[in-house]
Amino acid sequence: MPENEHNDPLPGKSSITAWIDARLPVFSLIRKEYGQFPMPKNLNWMWCLGGIAGVMVLIMIATGLTLALHYTANTENAFASVEAIMRDVDQGWMIRTLHMTGASFLFAAVYIHIFRGMYYGSYKNPRELVWGLGMVIFMIMTATAFTGYTLPWSQMSGWAATVVTDLFSAIPVIGDDLVLFIRGGYMVGDPTLKRFFVMHIILPFVMIGVIALHVWAVHKARPNNPLGIDPKGPQDTIPFHPYYTIRDLFALSVFLIPYIAVTFFAPHVLTHPEHFMPFDPLITPGHLVPEWYLVPFYAILRSVTFDIGIPGTGIVLIDAKLGGVLAMLGAFAVLFALPWLDTHPVKSARFRPYYRGALMLFVAAFILLGVSGTHTPEGLWLWVGQACTAYYFAFFLIVLPLLSRFEKTLPLPLPVSIHRPLILLTGLLILAFPVKPAHADLERGYQVFRQSCAACHSLEFVRFRDLEDAGFALETSEDQKPFPFPYPDKDTAMALNNGAIPPDLSLITKARHGGPEYIRDLLGGYYASPPDQDMLTQGQYWNTAMRGHVIAMVPPLADGIISYEDGAPETVSQYAKDVADFLTWAAAPYETPQKQAGLKGLLFLLVFSIILYQAKKTLR
Amino acid sequence: MTDRPKQPSRRNFLFLTAGAMGTVGAGMAALPLIRAMGPSRTERAAAPLEVDLSPIAPGQAITVFWRGKPIFIRHRTEEEIARARDVDPATLRDPQSDSERVHKDAWLIVIGVCTHFGCIPRGQKPADRKGDYGGWFCSCHGSHFDISGRIRKGPAPKNLSVPDYVFIDEDRIKLG
Repeated sequence: MPENEHNDPLPGKSSITAWIDARLPVFSLIRKEYGQFPMPKNLNWMWCLGGIAGVMVLIMIATGLTLALHYTANTENAFASVEAIMRDVDQGWMIRTLHMTGASFLFAAVYIHIFRGMYYGSYKNPRELVWGLGMVIFMIMTATAFTGYTLPWSQMSGWAATVVTDLFSAIPVIGDDLVLFIRGGYMVGDPTLKRFFVMHIILPFVMIGVIALHVWAVHKARPNNPLGIDPKGPQDTIPFHPYYTIRDLFALSVFLIPYIAVTFFAPHVLTHPEHFMPFDPLITPGHLVPEWYLVPFYAILRSVTFDIGIPGTGIVLIDAKLGGVLAMLGAFAVLFALPWLDTHPVKSARFRPYYRGALMLFVAAFILLGVSGTHTPEGLWLWVGQACTAYYFAFFLIVLPLLSRFEKTLPLPLPVSIHRPLILLTGLLILAFPVKPAHADLERGYQVFRQSCAACHSLEFVRFRDLEDAGFALETSEDQKPFPFPYPDKDTAMALNNGAIPPDLSLITKARHGGPEYIRDLLGGYYASPPDQDMLTQGQYWNTAMRGHVIAMVPPLADGIISYEDGAPETVSQYAKDVADFLTWAAAPYETPQKQAGLKGLLFLLVFSIILYQAKKTLR
Repeated sequence: MTDRPKQPSRRNFLFLTAGAMGTVGAGMAALPLIRAMGPSRTERAAAPLEVDLSPIAPGQAITVFWRGKPIFIRHRTEEEIARARDVDPATLRDPQSDSERVHKDAWLIVIGVCTHFGCIPRGQKPADRKGDYGGWFCSCHGSHFDISGRIRKGPAPKNLSVPDYVFIDEDRIKLG
């Protein structure tokens, strides 16, 4: 392929295209960079993840902007506006769940992409800037993900915002003032939420700019390949189109299958119950963790539990709090420094057995950090977190510089061996279809709710029309209204219930660990005669399902208090099961269309993948 | 490829199919994003509104707010009804007889939004300028409406529209 081919006038193009191209060479640019662009012949499937991540970013922006049109960025209404998106906006549940799980899949793609870069030495000369810009993208992504996490203003959101802004208080001297400035108040609140919302919208567009530079840099330096030896001439390369366009498209289609499966069939598998409770600035959840993709860094932060000072003198140079923050920042910083820490001339880990071993151990440590970060930092898990943190830094600061000097490599092959791309086999997720309760069961559950629960509990986010759509027989025709709040106002509700408003039940099966089973157990868990009467004060009851076994809710059910017309057993356990089913429905009335849409999406992607695979095969 | 002459046509077919499927798939995926921009279920479910007409004396008018728009309710006097009836619909820009526009002669109920570019005409309050035909006058671009809410002069193309409503009993109506 002659080097200057792209300078020729575009052959066989209409004169309009040629006219535009002569003035603004977009068409020849595309042809040069994505048409004839010489790609190494031997790329494996891991080289598809960059393009996939790019598409995921576009999906996130498209869904995110649509969500932003309906979201309300103030602390009073944020939570309710997110629920309104789920329930009232056409297809809103789809857009929100695509956005939520999309973040996880974007990070998954990016982590594999980064691992590929480390394994095959894609950060080495002349690709240091490709790596550095990639790390900048990763930083922006992290900030975007975090700000997005705070937007629903749930218990998890508000407390994540509190903890992360509080990190800055570790900075000596100016720390406290800085926190005040970042929050725009003494506690996270409206100003914080608004600025996080603005950041969450702006940062992705900044990221797009950096992605453009990242791609520009890789096109200038030319892509690396599994051998780490650059192609020596046309015999080692193939044009980008159609060889890699078709393959990337195939990989994308396969990647989207688990994405769609999780989004439509298990959208909340990664969501904690605390994300379904509105923010309460007086109660911190017992279990505060970031999304999985940021947990390893969170674990590094928590692993510094000791002050660092001059031994024997009692002088503390860095206290544990600052130490943790510095460790976390350091964990990001060493990633940026990677090209200068590993100066071994051989790129690919394929020929560096010691590097390969150390890198795999690093991956294991990173995953272990992720696991330990989800546990309370005590005992064994604290120790594991600390050991992994130590190795994290040792890998970059000790192992890599030493290997750079001393590692002997395996014999290197001739420039390029044709490596057939591995076929990515994606085990289809086993789709757990939970057994759907029959409508009659829901109808009974609704009866139990009305006759028993509704006296004290609201169902704020459920409208009568939701019930109508689901085929419930309604007594009244107040079709457009939400369930009435059972008290005249909040103060009355508190006064009548020992100062605690009975929680709203719209999301209760999602907002409690254990879900519907917990609700069922709780309702059936009352003991008529408590084992330990002394533990109870007036207005308290013994309940085996409640944490601490003491509950303030009057036993709401008793055998026979609600009469069923369909002959189902009139027992507490039946009532409890029915109302738990009803509340599960109430927490996600959109579940049926969700699964139907998911099936359509999966079917489409399956057929699309097969066709793309066949198309790819014709290129061999 | 010369030794496998069938391959290119098979490839073209597969490429075309994949291209078509990809385009259709992307389009289908974009559809929910577009649909989500329409009015939400809460918006669409604007509840019917009942209005008690008994306090409104002949000659008086009230404005109620329904689905984000003002609804003009006017209790017309005998003289006003006669004036509204005394017009040959064929001479009008938007020909409609007065009886087509009311359920009960005494009550004119129209959506108070000018059919030109959506301003709210004046004429509800006694002191308002009511235009050359004694109904409403839109001061944005100078449209004159008569006591039946019909366009008589000025740029508006249509009469003020009549919302869906029913009389529940003698003096209560239900909008929507």
